[in-house]
Amino acid sequence: MMVNNYGDVMIVGAGISGIQAALDLAQTGFRVYLVDKSPAIGGKMSQLDKTFPTNDCSMCIESPKFIECDRHPNIEILSYTEVDRVEGEAGAFRISLTKKPRYIIEEKCTGCSTCVEYCPVKIPDPFNQNMSMNRAIHIYFSQAVPLITYVDKDTCLYFQDEKCNICVGACKNEAIDLHQEPEKLEIEVGAIILSPGYEVFDPGLKGDYGYGKMPNVVTSLDFERLLCATGPFEGEILRPSDHKHPHKIAWIQCVGSRRVTPGDNSYCSGVCCAYTQKQVILTKDHHADAECTVFHNDIRSFGKDFERFYQRTENLPDVRFIRSYVSIGKEDTETKNVTVRYSTYNEGVKEEEFDLVVLSVGLNPPANVENIADKFGIELNDHNFCYGSPTNPIKTSRPGIFVSGAFQGPMDIPESVVTASGASALCSELLAHRRGKLDRERVYPEERNVEGEEPRVGVFVCHCGANIGRVVDVPSVVEYASTLPNVVHAQESLFACSTDNAQQIANQIKEKGLNRVVVAACTPRTHEPLFRDTCREGGINPYFFEMANIREHCSWVHSKEPKEATQKAKEIVRMSVARSALLEPLMEYELPVDERGLVVGGGVAGMTAALSLAEQGFEVYLLEKESELGGMARRIHYSLEGLDVQEYLNDLIKKVYRNPSIHVYNDAVIKSTAGYVGNFTTDVEYGSMKKEIKHGIAIIATGADEYKPVEYLYGESENVITNIELGEKIDLEDESVLNAKSMVMIQCVGCRNEDRNYCSRVCCSHSIKNAIRMKQVTPDIDITILFRDMRTYGFREDYYRKASEMDVKFIRYEPDEKPRIETFEEGGKQALRVTANDFVLGTGLAIDADLVVLAAAVIPSQSNEKISRLFKVTLGPDGFFTEAHVKLRPVDFAAEGVFLCGTAHYPKHITETISQAYGAAGRAATILTRDAVIASGSVCSVDENDCVSCGACISVCSYGAIEFVETPLGKKARVNPVLCKGDGLCNSKCPTGAIFLKHFTNDEISSQIDALFSDSPVKKHFDKAVGDE
Amino acid sequence: MSAAHNFNPRIVGFLCNWCCYGGADLCGVSRFQYPPYLRVIRVMCSGRVDPAFVLQSFARGTDGVFIGGCHINDCHYNTEGNYDAFAMAKMMKKLMEYIGINPERLRLEWVSAGEGIRFAEIMNDYGNKIKKLGPLSMDIDSEEKIHRRIELVTKMIPYIKLVEREKLRAGIRTEQGYQDFYSSEEFEKLFKELIEERLYLSEITGLLRSKPLSSGDIAKAMEMSPSEVSRYMNSSSRYGLVSYNSKDKVFTLEA
Repeated sequence: MMVNNYGDVMIVGAGISGIQAALDLAQTGFRVYLVDKSPAIGGKMSQLDKTFPTNDCSMCIESPKFIECDRHPNIEILSYTEVDRVEGEAGAFRISLTKKPRYIIEEKCTGCSTCVEYCPVKIPDPFNQNMSMNRAIHIYFSQAVPLITYVDKDTCLYFQDEKCNICVGACKNEAIDLHQEPEKLEIEVGAIILSPGYEVFDPGLKGDYGYGKMPNVVTSLDFERLLCATGPFEGEILRPSDHKHPHKIAWIQCVGSRRVTPGDNSYCSGVCCAYTQKQVILTKDHHADAECTVFHNDIRSFGKDFERFYQRTENLPDVRFIRSYVSIGKEDTETKNVTVRYSTYNEGVKEEEFDLVVLSVGLNPPANVENIADKFGIELNDHNFCYGSPTNPIKTSRPGIFVSGAFQGPMDIPESVVTASGASALCSELLAHRRGKLDRERVYPEERNVEGEEPRVGVFVCHCGANIGRVVDVPSVVEYASTLPNVVHAQESLFACSTDNAQQIANQIKEKGLNRVVVAACTPRTHEPLFRDTCREGGINPYFFEMANIREHCSWVHSKEPKEATQKAKEIVRMSVARSALLEPLMEYELPVDERGLVVGGGVAGMTAALSLAEQGFEVYLLEKESELGGMARRIHYSLEGLDVQEYLNDLIKKVYRNPSIHVYNDAVIKSTAGYVGNFTTDVEYGSMKKEIKHGIAIIATGADEYKPVEYLYGESENVITNIELGEKIDLEDESVLNAKSMVMIQCVGCRNEDRNYCSRVCCSHSIKNAIRMKQVTPDIDITILFRDMRTYGFREDYYRKASEMDVKFIRYEPDEKPRIETFEEGGKQALRVTANDFVLGTGLAIDADLVVLAAAVIPSQSNEKISRLFKVTLGPDGFFTEAHVKLRPVDFAAEGVFLCGTAHYPKHITETISQAYGAAGRAATILTRDAVIASGSVCSVDENDCVSCGACISVCSYGAIEFVETPLGKKARVNPVLCKGDGLCNSKCPTGAIFLKHFTNDEISSQIDALFSDSPVKKHFDKAVGDE
Repeated sequence: MSAAHNFNPRIVGFLCNWCCYGGADLCGVSRFQYPPYLRVIRVMCSGRVDPAFVLQSFARGTDGVFIGGCHINDCHYNTEGNYDAFAMAKMMKKLMEYIGINPERLRLEWVSAGEGIRFAEIMNDYGNKIKKLGPLSMDIDSEEKIHRRIELVTKMIPYIKLVEREKLRAGIRTEQGYQDFYSSEEFEKLFKELIEERLYLSEITGLLRSKPLSSGDIAKAMEMSPSEVSRYMNSSSRYGLVSYNSKDKVFTLEA
């Protein structure tokens, strides 16, 4: 049973959204339970190979977050656990859970996977979509957290007839317990976040496209595994039928999405266009001569940088995009190739054979969604996703329960992360009064001052079960290590990282008076934090720890050469021991944090963020350049979903003005900003007044503008207007609108072109919204929408369908044949005529219109450049702000302590803006709640005696961490350790060696090189040559 | 042949923590195999690799130096230090030519944390290449000359860093831009004028410091043609660094 079953928040579903929410809350001082039904955290993202549109490696960016969760004292991970019942109310929920038996004693399992090798039962590997084999006992995937095995009860022989328990004997740690029972848990928390994610649409259920019958028809998630280096064929794209490289590959879009047929989903899944393009690019990376064909409907490249990503894909050689519905024809009995039937505009229906067909499957609600809704007492929407209010999609129908990630509806990774941080903000508002009460901090013994001591190195060589020991002769490495200079203790460990072994290391530090610790085991990338912690437990500075990687870089990659591997391991240890002797104790800098926030921009984004920060208990300064709050939303009257925007906005403005913690400055102009995370100072002028504001964080919410068209007679004819103007005229019941009999709407005006190579995201839905409203106001009106791709992603697809059913006509045009507009006289009045080509009918058409409405682009605000300079944050190629990481830090800037939300980031809908504003407030709170910001000890410093003030370091430091200061010795470079990120570029640029990166100094690195060759006969000879600098 | 067969190279590898080191880790996790030649030194950024580390490694007798960074434009840091690693490696290859070490012994690669297989492929390829080149001593016809030149270049590093910053910068921060600049005639010319000639001059001055030498002596020690020697001696005389003693037909260092 749990020792402590009280927490602040329970997060159900530990995919990337749940993980992000857990980390944000934990950093804000709340105690979190992170629950997942899977054996490991990570969700669907862990199965992906790369992520669009940057093609970042998915696992590489997600797995560090696993470890962060695992190590955070405020997070308790409950894997392989399901929620049974939820009682109580916001502030006091009582949750019953069942921890399913893994048949493994978690505390004892070290994840060495020796048992897996002994297990005789081969089963299809669920992590690899059943395309490769694993064992009945296995680790879910190699980077899993928790890194422990579980037994698949359905296939394990022990559970069939008790004949086999070979794994029990194989485990040296006695971690296997085949008699384990389910464990019941009761936990009390104040709030709940639901982040169960989504289920992939299963085309096998309806037998669509031959999936499940034809081996060479796979889903996009199957293909994702095929692409991945940890996949079934180690990153080789081999087709299932004969394990040969497919040459001709087809992707079929919208499988399970945008259809009203039973078993399909009517909505657009929002992510498939981009992930297919990613898969095409990756396929071409694997096999440059592969022929890739994408059969698609509209291409929905509505996200940031998606349009360029689409172009990049389209421009690859032998890549075709064909706009057509398709059906699967026959499968060749010999080759198992698959025939796809599709239609063309010029040549009618065609058939073509492919080696492999990938179904771009959509996103379903999570499995057993009714059951989830039932247990948590929340409502679902029409599509069986979680119901979220249009003014706050993160709130469910039940107070105290929030929803983040794809359970809200189909969304990509950044949105899942944004809504997670948003859910964290809302929990933090609800539980502000108890923040920090359950906060756990590690308590360490006082650090021993080792100044003046000779280095006393302890070396611990890990067997890692058999992972190292089977290849490397560990005892001989230990023996060798004990002969090295400064080594006073050397021993082997079965698992250096296991809790008891780590304790042993801490004890040895105290008993033997060690002042340096070398652990020869696995990679510092995952285990250095743990062993640094162990050093602190042993009472020495954590920077006295050094890791020798003899697993990933030795035993695992030289498994057939035990002699050479052992020799290499000795040399690696020798290098580490030499380096360790030179290590210095480092101080991690603590800087006090000003608890106030600054929000720049008083639109929906800025006001929402400011209110959330205030509700979380922080004082906020809200700056607005206009004399009124509201921003662009003041010109929008209804949302597509029917929200009365003005009512909502007025309410929001009222709340902001009435909140005593929010100080609003209208007509505000920022004069200067200085400082760094935790300690900014901003000078503001408002009207004729001035104010100096001190703040710990800043949120940039400066919004965007509407493009003023120069095309289609805009400004020349009063009946050519923009979408926003149409919305205003409908609201004012303007005659010209009410009397219109015919209206033409033209999409993509001012974007998706050479000047602005991006999609404005909102215009398709905006036009649909206005078309529907016009049909409601004047039912007889003829409406034609001229479009390139209708991008009504997600649930907005329903409104596209609704407009179509209301007889709004949709006619597609190509960018090289844009619609033309002309005026002519009719009955003494000036009239408008729009002509265009109808691609489907292959004919030209002319429409006389009373009203021509332009879907004008959303363009970056003019103030962006100034803000970018003031806050040292970057702008992207389109003039919108660039986030720190497209996928996993979508509302952070690379400049720490500055955050981003709303259309300043990229065009977006109001609900998305609200989510993002909460997200920014959630992220900002992780800093504002801290007493201090802690900067790594491994930062640069200057020996002023050697500095010749040449400025080489300053010119390469794009973090602005180095400045000249006047000293009695003259002008010298000085590092601000808080801004320094520790890359050490300045160190290698400095001609005199005056600036140095601590923990990676010239001497420390040089000692490693020397140690490697200390057994080499040439060494002495060369020593003379180089001298002893 | 048998020597090459028994030869187990030792290669110093500087891997950046965020990408290449991660790629090497994933390579291990995936159990891709490569020959046991590499000894890794972890740095936070490939831009941290100081030219001195490369020189020191060769001075100590390494058979190869490998530098692994993030793919261009994927650097973990704003500073994009991998561009600087690129520049450093290009410069170092030129200096290795001067020293008399095959520049192919230095290799720079971009490996992301997701490219375990790529890391193995590179290690196999590079390992074989070094094995074919043989031990570092195979490059070295005169140990004395190599030591002298490594020492000289090491001493010139501060100057080289300044020159690189002031005059030898690739304009545009794109991979192509860097590639173009470092393979351009302009770079060749600048390198020759600003660095190579100074190295030769310093080296000759160093030789003369021990005793006066004839053109023939200098040509032999420097492995230069007599005409090249005359060119350097002419400019040294012009700067007033050396003088020619026509009686003994030797050059002496000016006091």
